[in-house]
Amino acid sequence: MLAYNPFSDLGATIPSFAMQAFLIAMVLLVIGGVVLDMMHKKNVKYFFENAKKAKQAATRELSSGEKVSIIAKTVASDIMTSSEFCTFQRRAAHLLGMYGTIIFWVTSAMLIFSYSTPSSAAPAMLPMLWHIGALMTCIGGFWFWFSIRVNVSAEGHPWYHVMFADLFVLALLASQSTALLWSITQSSGSIFSGLFLLLFIVSNVVLFGGVYWSKFAHMFYKPGAAIQKHLAKADGSNSNLPEPADKPKQFGLGIRRESPKNY
Amino acid sequence: MSTFVYMTRCDGCGMCVDICPSDIMHIDKTLRRAVNIEPNMCWECYSCVKACDQNAIDARGYADFSPLGHSVRALREEEKGTISWKIKFRNGTEKNFCSPITTKPWGEYIPELATEPAPSKDVYDGELLYNEPKYLKTGEVQTANDGLPEMTKIGKLKQGVYY
Repeated sequence: MLAYNPFSDLGATIPSFAMQAFLIAMVLLVIGGVVLDMMHKKNVKYFFENAKKAKQAATRELSSGEKVSIIAKTVASDIMTSSEFCTFQRRAAHLLGMYGTIIFWVTSAMLIFSYSTPSSAAPAMLPMLWHIGALMTCIGGFWFWFSIRVNVSAEGHPWYHVMFADLFVLALLASQSTALLWSITQSSGSIFSGLFLLLFIVSNVVLFGGVYWSKFAHMFYKPGAAIQKHLAKADGSNSNLPEPADKPKQFGLGIRRESPKNY
Repeated sequence: MSTFVYMTRCDGCGMCVDICPSDIMHIDKTLRRAVNIEPNMCWECYSCVKACDQNAIDARGYADFSPLGHSVRALREEEKGTISWKIKFRNGTEKNFCSPITTKPWGEYIPELATEPAPSKDVYDGELLYNEPKYLKTGEVQTANDGLPEMTKIGKLKQGVYY
Protein backbone atom coordinates (compact mmCIF):
# COMPACT_ATOMS: atom_id res chain seq x y z
CA MET A 1 0.00 0.00 0.00
CA LEU A 2 2.75 2.48 0.96
CA ALA A 3 4.56 1.79 -2.34
CA TYR A 4 1.45 2.69 -4.38
CA ASN A 5 1.88 5.77 -6.57
CA PRO A 6 -1.57 7.44 -6.87
CA PHE A 7 -0.39 9.93 -9.52
CA SER A 8 0.48 7.11 -11.90
CA ASP A 9 -3.10 5.78 -11.98
CA LEU A 10 -4.49 9.32 -12.04
CA GLY A 11 -2.47 9.82 -15.25
CA ALA A 12 -5.00 7.58 -17.01
CA THR A 13 -7.79 10.14 -16.53
CA ILE A 14 -5.95 13.44 -16.06
CA PRO A 15 -3.04 14.24 -18.39
CA SER A 16 0.35 14.60 -16.77
CA PHE A 17 0.81 18.18 -17.93
CA ALA A 18 -2.42 19.22 -16.18
CA MET A 19 -1.05 17.95 -12.86
CA GLN A 20 2.22 19.76 -13.49
CA ALA A 21 0.39 22.97 -14.39
CA PHE A 22 -1.65 22.70 -11.16
CA LEU A 23 1.54 22.33 -9.12
CA ILE A 24 3.16 25.33 -10.81
CA ALA A 25 -0.02 27.36 -10.22
CA MET A 26 0.17 26.49 -6.52
CA VAL A 27 3.81 27.66 -6.36
CA LEU A 28 2.85 30.93 -8.06
CA LEU A 29 -0.02 31.39 -5.58
CA VAL A 30 2.45 31.02 -2.70
CA ILE A 31 4.87 33.55 -4.19
CA GLY A 32 2.06 36.02 -4.88
CA GLY A 33 0.56 35.54 -1.42
CA VAL A 34 3.88 36.07 0.36
CA VAL A 35 4.65 39.24 -1.64
CA LEU A 36 1.18 40.67 -0.90
CA ASP A 37 1.59 39.71 2.76
CA MET A 38 4.93 41.53 2.96
CA MET A 39 3.44 44.62 1.33
CA HIS A 40 0.42 44.61 3.64
CA LYS A 41 2.08 43.84 6.97
CA LYS A 42 5.30 45.72 6.20
CA ASN A 43 7.06 43.08 8.27
CA VAL A 44 10.21 43.06 6.14
CA LYS A 45 10.49 46.83 6.56
CA TYR A 46 10.06 46.41 10.33
CA PHE A 47 12.63 43.63 10.32
CA PHE A 48 15.31 45.77 8.67
CA GLU A 49 14.49 48.83 10.81
CA ASN A 50 14.82 46.65 13.89
CA ALA A 51 18.13 45.24 12.66
CA LYS A 52 19.38 48.80 12.12
CA LYS A 53 18.36 49.79 15.65
CA ALA A 54 20.10 46.70 17.04
CA LYS A 55 23.26 47.61 15.16
CA GLN A 56 23.25 51.08 16.71
CA ALA A 57 22.87 49.60 20.21
CA ALA A 58 25.57 46.98 19.61
CA THR A 59 28.50 46.96 22.02
CA ARG A 60 30.80 45.03 19.69
CA GLU A 61 31.21 44.53 15.98
CA LEU A 62 30.74 40.99 14.72
CA SER A 63 33.18 39.66 12.15
CA SER A 64 31.91 37.94 9.00
CA GLY A 65 33.16 34.60 10.36
CA GLU A 66 31.20 35.06 13.59
CA LYS A 67 28.07 35.99 11.65
CA VAL A 68 28.36 32.91 9.44
CA SER A 69 28.90 30.72 12.50
CA ILE A 70 25.83 32.20 14.27
CA ILE A 71 23.69 31.76 11.17
CA ALA A 72 24.87 28.14 10.77
CA LYS A 73 24.11 27.41 14.44
CA THR A 74 20.67 29.02 14.14
CA VAL A 75 19.88 26.95 11.07
CA ALA A 76 21.03 23.76 12.80
CA SER A 77 19.27 24.46 16.09
CA ASP A 78 16.33 26.88 15.77
CA ILE A 79 15.29 25.97 12.25
CA MET A 80 16.19 22.30 11.69
CA THR A 81 15.24 21.14 15.20
CA SER A 82 12.72 23.87 16.15
CA SER A 83 14.58 24.52 19.40
CA GLU A 84 12.73 27.81 19.94
CA PHE A 85 9.66 26.00 21.18
CA CYS A 86 9.46 26.05 24.95
CA THR A 87 7.78 22.70 25.51
CA PHE A 88 8.69 19.24 24.26
CA GLN A 89 5.17 18.55 23.01
CA ARG A 90 5.02 21.61 20.80
CA ARG A 91 8.51 20.99 19.49
CA ALA A 92 7.81 17.35 18.65
CA ALA A 93 4.47 18.16 16.98
CA HIS A 94 6.05 20.97 14.98
CA LEU A 95 8.95 18.79 13.84
CA LEU A 96 6.58 16.03 12.74
CA GLY A 97 4.46 18.51 10.81
CA MET A 98 7.41 20.40 9.35
CA TYR A 99 9.41 17.41 8.09
CA GLY A 100 6.25 15.55 7.09
CA THR A 101 5.12 18.48 4.96
CA ILE A 102 8.53 18.99 3.35
CA ILE A 103 8.81 15.28 2.50
CA PHE A 104 5.23 15.26 1.17
CA TRP A 105 5.69 18.34 -1.01
CA VAL A 106 9.07 17.32 -2.41
CA THR A 107 7.96 13.77 -3.23
CA SER A 108 4.68 15.10 -4.69
CA ALA A 109 6.66 17.31 -7.08
CA MET A 110 8.99 14.43 -8.01
CA LEU A 111 6.11 12.01 -8.62
CA ILE A 112 4.10 14.54 -10.63
CA PHE A 113 6.99 15.63 -12.82
CA SER A 114 8.55 12.21 -13.40
CA TYR A 115 6.09 9.43 -12.65
CA SER A 116 2.58 10.64 -13.40
CA THR A 117 1.69 8.47 -16.41
CA PRO A 118 0.18 4.95 -16.21
CA SER A 119 3.28 3.51 -17.87
CA SER A 120 5.79 5.11 -15.51
CA ALA A 121 7.07 3.07 -12.59
CA ALA A 122 8.34 5.13 -9.70
CA PRO A 123 11.03 3.72 -7.38
CA ALA A 124 9.20 2.19 -4.40
CA MET A 125 10.94 4.60 -2.06
CA LEU A 126 9.23 7.72 -3.49
CA PRO A 127 5.57 6.78 -2.92
CA MET A 128 6.56 5.36 0.45
CA LEU A 129 8.08 8.68 1.47
CA TRP A 130 5.00 10.46 0.10
CA HIS A 131 2.71 8.41 2.36
CA ILE A 132 5.04 8.63 5.37
CA GLY A 133 5.33 12.41 4.96
CA ALA A 134 1.55 12.83 4.91
CA LEU A 135 1.22 10.52 7.90
CA MET A 136 3.82 12.48 9.89
CA THR A 137 2.00 15.74 9.19
CA CYS A 138 -1.31 14.21 10.25
CA ILE A 139 0.16 12.89 13.52
CA GLY A 140 1.84 16.20 14.39
CA GLY A 141 -1.05 18.32 13.15
CA PHE A 142 -3.87 16.44 14.85
CA TRP A 143 -1.83 16.24 18.06
CA PHE A 144 -1.53 20.04 17.91
CA TRP A 145 -5.19 20.46 16.98
CA PHE A 146 -6.70 18.27 19.70
CA SER A 147 -4.48 19.00 22.67
CA ILE A 148 -1.58 21.42 22.28
CA ARG A 149 -2.94 24.61 20.73
CA VAL A 150 -3.54 27.47 23.13
CA ASN A 151 -7.29 27.70 22.56
CA VAL A 152 -7.57 24.19 23.95
CA SER A 153 -4.76 24.00 26.50
CA ALA A 154 -4.65 27.53 27.94
CA GLU A 155 -7.95 29.15 27.01
CA GLY A 156 -10.03 26.06 27.70
CA HIS A 157 -11.99 26.08 24.45
CA PRO A 158 -13.15 22.78 22.96
CA TRP A 159 -11.18 21.44 19.98
CA TYR A 160 -14.00 22.24 17.56
CA HIS A 161 -13.83 25.96 18.41
CA VAL A 162 -12.51 27.11 15.04
CA MET A 163 -11.24 30.61 14.31
CA PHE A 164 -9.65 32.33 11.36
CA ALA A 165 -6.11 31.66 12.63
CA ASP A 166 -6.77 27.95 12.06
CA LEU A 167 -6.93 28.41 8.29
CA PHE A 168 -3.35 27.30 7.77
CA VAL A 169 -3.26 24.28 10.05
CA LEU A 170 -6.69 23.04 9.00
CA ALA A 171 -6.00 23.46 5.29
CA LEU A 172 -2.66 21.68 5.70
CA LEU A 173 -4.26 18.82 7.63
CA ALA A 174 -7.14 18.61 5.17
CA SER A 175 -4.80 18.46 2.16
CA GLN A 176 -2.62 15.68 3.57
CA SER A 177 -5.44 13.69 5.17
CA THR A 178 -7.44 13.73 1.94
CA ALA A 179 -4.27 12.82 0.02
CA LEU A 180 -3.91 9.70 2.15
CA LEU A 181 -7.61 8.85 1.84
CA TRP A 182 -7.49 9.41 -1.92
CA SER A 183 -4.49 7.09 -2.24
CA ILE A 184 -6.14 4.38 -0.11
CA THR A 185 -9.50 4.53 -1.91
CA GLN A 186 -7.95 4.71 -5.38
CA SER A 187 -5.63 1.75 -4.74
CA SER A 188 -8.58 -0.36 -3.54
CA GLY A 189 -10.81 0.75 -6.43
CA SER A 190 -13.37 2.42 -4.14
CA ILE A 191 -15.98 4.73 -5.62
CA PHE A 192 -15.00 7.41 -3.10
CA SER A 193 -11.61 8.01 -4.68
CA GLY A 194 -13.03 10.76 -6.93
CA LEU A 195 -14.53 12.52 -3.90
CA PHE A 196 -11.25 12.47 -1.97
CA LEU A 197 -9.33 13.63 -5.04
CA LEU A 198 -11.69 16.59 -5.33
CA LEU A 199 -11.27 17.37 -1.61
CA PHE A 200 -7.48 17.06 -2.01
CA ILE A 201 -7.53 19.59 -4.86
CA VAL A 202 -9.84 22.00 -3.02
CA SER A 203 -7.82 21.86 0.21
CA ASN A 204 -4.62 22.54 -1.74
CA VAL A 205 -6.19 25.56 -3.42
CA VAL A 206 -7.31 26.86 0.00
CA LEU A 207 -3.88 26.17 1.55
CA PHE A 208 -1.78 27.76 -1.19
CA GLY A 209 -4.31 30.33 -2.30
CA GLY A 210 -4.91 31.50 1.27
CA VAL A 211 -1.31 32.49 2.02
CA TYR A 212 -2.25 36.17 2.28
CA TRP A 213 -4.91 35.46 4.92
CA SER A 214 -3.27 32.60 6.80
CA LYS A 215 -0.03 32.19 8.73
CA PHE A 216 1.49 30.14 5.90
CA ALA A 217 4.25 32.72 5.41
CA HIS A 218 5.61 32.14 8.95
CA MET A 219 7.86 29.46 7.47
CA PHE A 220 9.73 32.21 5.61
CA TYR A 221 9.75 34.89 8.33
CA LYS A 222 10.53 32.83 11.40
CA PRO A 223 14.03 31.71 10.30
CA GLY A 224 14.94 35.35 9.58
CA ALA A 225 13.67 36.47 12.98
CA ALA A 226 15.61 33.68 14.73
CA ILE A 227 18.84 34.65 12.96
CA GLN A 228 18.34 38.31 13.88
CA LYS A 229 17.69 37.38 17.53
CA HIS A 230 20.94 35.42 17.82
CA LEU A 231 22.95 38.09 16.02
CA ALA A 232 21.55 40.71 18.43
CA LYS A 233 22.52 38.51 21.38
CA ALA A 234 26.07 38.14 20.11
CA ASP A 235 26.66 41.82 19.31
CA GLY A 236 25.54 42.92 22.79
CA SER A 237 22.38 44.81 21.81
CA ASN A 238 20.19 41.85 22.82
CA SER A 239 16.89 43.69 22.40
CA ASN A 240 17.64 45.74 25.54
CA LEU A 241 17.43 42.61 27.71
CA PRO A 242 19.46 42.44 30.92
CA GLU A 243 22.62 40.41 31.17
CA PRO A 244 22.11 36.88 32.52
CA ALA A 245 22.30 36.72 36.32
CA ASP A 246 25.80 36.02 37.62
CA LYS A 247 25.09 35.32 41.30
CA PRO A 248 22.15 32.97 41.32
CA LYS A 249 23.29 30.84 44.25
CA GLN A 250 22.17 33.30 46.89
CA PHE A 251 18.57 32.90 45.72
CA GLY A 252 18.42 29.13 46.13
CA LEU A 253 17.05 26.66 43.62
CA GLY A 254 15.13 27.73 40.58
CA ILE A 255 11.54 26.89 39.82
CA ARG A 256 10.39 24.57 37.09
CA ARG A 257 8.04 26.18 34.59
CA GLU A 258 4.66 24.53 34.47
CA SER A 259 2.76 23.89 31.28
CA PRO A 260 0.10 26.53 30.64
CA LYS A 261 -2.94 24.58 31.75
CA ASN A 262 -4.10 26.59 34.72
CA TYR A 263 -7.03 28.41 33.21
CA MET B 1 -0.24 51.94 29.43
CA SER B 2 -0.06 48.26 28.55
CA THR B 3 1.90 45.31 27.37
CA PHE B 4 2.42 44.60 23.71
CA VAL B 5 3.86 41.66 21.78
CA TYR B 6 6.69 41.52 19.29
CA MET B 7 5.04 39.34 16.67
CA THR B 8 8.29 38.07 15.19
CA ARG B 9 9.35 36.76 18.60
CA CYS B 10 6.08 35.23 19.80
CA ASP B 11 5.56 31.55 19.09
CA GLY B 12 2.00 31.40 20.40
CA CYS B 13 2.76 29.04 23.29
CA GLY B 14 0.11 30.50 25.63
CA MET B 15 2.25 31.10 28.74
CA CYS B 16 1.03 34.72 28.89
CA VAL B 17 -2.58 33.68 28.29
CA ASP B 18 -2.29 31.35 31.24
CA ILE B 19 -0.61 33.75 33.65
CA CYS B 20 -2.45 37.03 32.96
CA PRO B 21 -4.44 37.92 36.11
CA SER B 22 -6.78 40.14 34.08
CA ASP B 23 -7.35 37.49 31.42
CA ILE B 24 -6.59 40.04 28.72
CA MET B 25 -3.72 38.21 27.02
CA HIS B 26 -5.27 36.12 24.28
CA ILE B 27 -4.27 34.47 21.05
CA ASP B 28 -4.90 36.60 17.99
CA LYS B 29 -7.73 35.18 15.93
CA THR B 30 -5.92 35.65 12.63
CA LEU B 31 -2.23 35.32 13.39
CA ARG B 32 -2.20 32.81 16.25
CA ARG B 33 0.16 35.02 18.23
CA ALA B 34 -0.38 36.53 21.68
CA VAL B 35 -2.16 39.86 21.84
CA ASN B 36 -3.33 42.16 24.63
CA ILE B 37 -7.01 42.43 23.80
CA GLU B 38 -7.82 45.14 26.37
CA PRO B 39 -4.85 47.48 26.82
CA ASN B 40 -6.91 49.84 29.02
CA MET B 41 -7.37 47.09 31.57
CA CYS B 42 -3.68 46.19 31.77
CA TRP B 43 -2.09 47.31 35.03
CA GLU B 44 1.43 46.38 33.96
CA CYS B 45 1.96 43.67 36.52
CA TYR B 46 4.64 42.28 34.18
CA SER B 47 3.43 38.72 34.78
CA CYS B 48 3.31 38.01 31.05
CA VAL B 49 6.57 39.87 30.40
CA LYS B 50 8.33 37.61 32.89
CA ALA B 51 6.54 34.43 31.86
CA CYS B 52 7.35 34.77 28.16
CA ASP B 53 10.02 32.27 27.13
CA GLN B 54 10.80 34.18 23.99
CA ASN B 55 11.07 37.64 25.62
CA ALA B 56 8.45 38.65 23.12
CA ILE B 57 6.41 40.89 25.44
CA ASP B 58 7.27 44.43 26.40
CA ALA B 59 5.37 47.15 28.27
CA ARG B 60 4.80 50.79 27.45
CA GLY B 61 5.01 52.59 30.77
CA TYR B 62 2.81 55.49 31.90
CA ALA B 63 4.22 58.79 30.75
CA ASP B 64 4.41 60.25 34.26
CA PHE B 65 7.10 57.89 35.45
CA SER B 66 8.57 56.50 32.26
CA PRO B 67 8.75 59.08 29.51
CA LEU B 68 9.44 58.34 25.88
CA GLY B 69 12.69 56.63 25.16
CA HIS B 70 12.81 54.54 28.32
CA SER B 71 12.82 50.79 28.47
CA VAL B 72 12.14 48.23 31.19
CA ARG B 73 13.13 44.70 30.27
CA ALA B 74 13.06 41.55 32.36
CA LEU B 75 14.91 38.27 31.96
CA ARG B 76 13.56 35.29 33.88
CA GLU B 77 16.04 32.46 34.34
CA GLU B 78 14.27 29.55 35.93
CA GLU B 79 17.30 27.32 36.27
CA LYS B 80 19.02 30.03 38.31
CA GLY B 81 15.88 31.11 40.15
CA THR B 82 16.40 34.74 39.15
CA ILE B 83 14.71 37.63 37.41
CA SER B 84 17.06 40.30 36.11
CA TRP B 85 15.87 43.79 35.25
CA LYS B 86 17.42 46.38 33.01
CA ILE B 87 15.98 49.86 33.36
CA LYS B 88 17.02 52.41 30.77
CA PHE B 89 16.11 56.02 31.37
CA ARG B 90 15.48 58.53 28.64
CA ASN B 91 18.73 60.34 29.45
CA GLY B 92 20.71 57.14 28.90
CA THR B 93 21.13 56.20 32.57
CA GLU B 94 20.97 52.48 33.01
CA LYS B 95 20.20 50.52 36.16
CA ASN B 96 20.37 46.76 36.55
CA PHE B 97 18.72 44.66 39.25
CA CYS B 98 18.54 41.00 40.03
CA SER B 99 15.90 39.42 42.27
CA PRO B 100 14.78 35.90 43.17
CA ILE B 101 11.79 34.22 41.57
CA THR B 102 9.13 34.00 44.25
CA THR B 103 6.47 32.25 42.20
CA LYS B 104 4.69 29.55 44.18
CA PRO B 105 3.66 26.32 42.48
CA TRP B 106 0.06 26.12 41.31
CA GLY B 107 -2.18 24.33 43.76
CA GLU B 108 -0.08 25.07 46.84
CA TYR B 109 -1.25 28.61 47.61
CA ILE B 110 -3.52 29.14 44.63
CA PRO B 111 -6.46 26.74 44.22
CA GLU B 112 -6.45 24.42 41.22
CA LEU B 113 -9.40 26.04 39.49
CA ALA B 114 -9.71 23.26 36.94
CA THR B 115 -10.55 20.77 39.70
CA GLU B 116 -12.76 23.08 41.78
CA PRO B 117 -16.54 22.59 41.48
CA ALA B 118 -18.31 25.07 39.21
CA PRO B 119 -19.84 27.98 41.16
CA SER B 120 -23.55 27.83 41.87
CA LYS B 121 -26.02 30.51 40.81
CA ASP B 122 -25.98 32.02 44.32
CA VAL B 123 -22.23 32.41 44.14
CA TYR B 124 -22.49 34.01 40.72
CA ASP B 125 -25.10 36.47 41.94
CA GLY B 126 -23.30 37.17 45.23
CA GLU B 127 -21.24 40.22 45.99
CA LEU B 128 -18.14 38.33 47.04
CA LEU B 129 -15.35 37.32 44.70
CA TYR B 130 -14.32 33.71 44.31
CA ASN B 131 -12.79 32.39 47.55
CA GLU B 132 -13.32 35.71 49.30
CA PRO B 133 -14.20 35.17 52.97
CA LYS B 134 -17.53 36.52 54.12
CA TYR B 135 -15.99 38.32 57.05
CA LEU B 136 -12.74 38.42 58.92
CA LYS B 137 -12.68 36.89 62.37
CA THR B 138 -9.80 38.53 64.03
CA GLY B 139 -10.87 38.20 67.60
CA GLU B 140 -11.90 41.02 69.84
CA VAL B 141 -9.99 44.15 69.15
CA GLN B 142 -8.81 46.01 72.18
CA THR B 143 -8.72 49.73 71.92
CA ALA B 144 -6.40 52.09 73.67
CA ASN B 145 -7.40 55.31 75.38
CA ASP B 146 -7.32 57.18 72.08
CA GLY B 147 -9.84 54.77 70.60
CA LEU B 148 -7.45 53.19 68.12
CA PRO B 149 -7.02 49.42 68.11
CA GLU B 150 -4.05 48.03 69.92
CA MET B 151 -2.47 45.74 67.42
CA THR B 152 -0.59 43.70 69.98
CA LYS B 153 -3.81 42.83 71.72
CA ILE B 154 -5.49 41.38 68.63
CA GLY B 155 -6.21 37.70 69.05
CA LYS B 156 -4.59 35.05 66.93
CA LEU B 157 -5.30 35.74 63.24
CA LYS B 158 -7.50 33.17 61.57
CA GLN B 159 -6.72 31.74 58.16
CA GLY B 160 -8.21 33.82 55.39
CA VAL B 161 -7.52 36.79 53.22
CA TYR B 162 -6.31 39.92 55.00
CA TYR B 163 -6.26 43.23 53.21
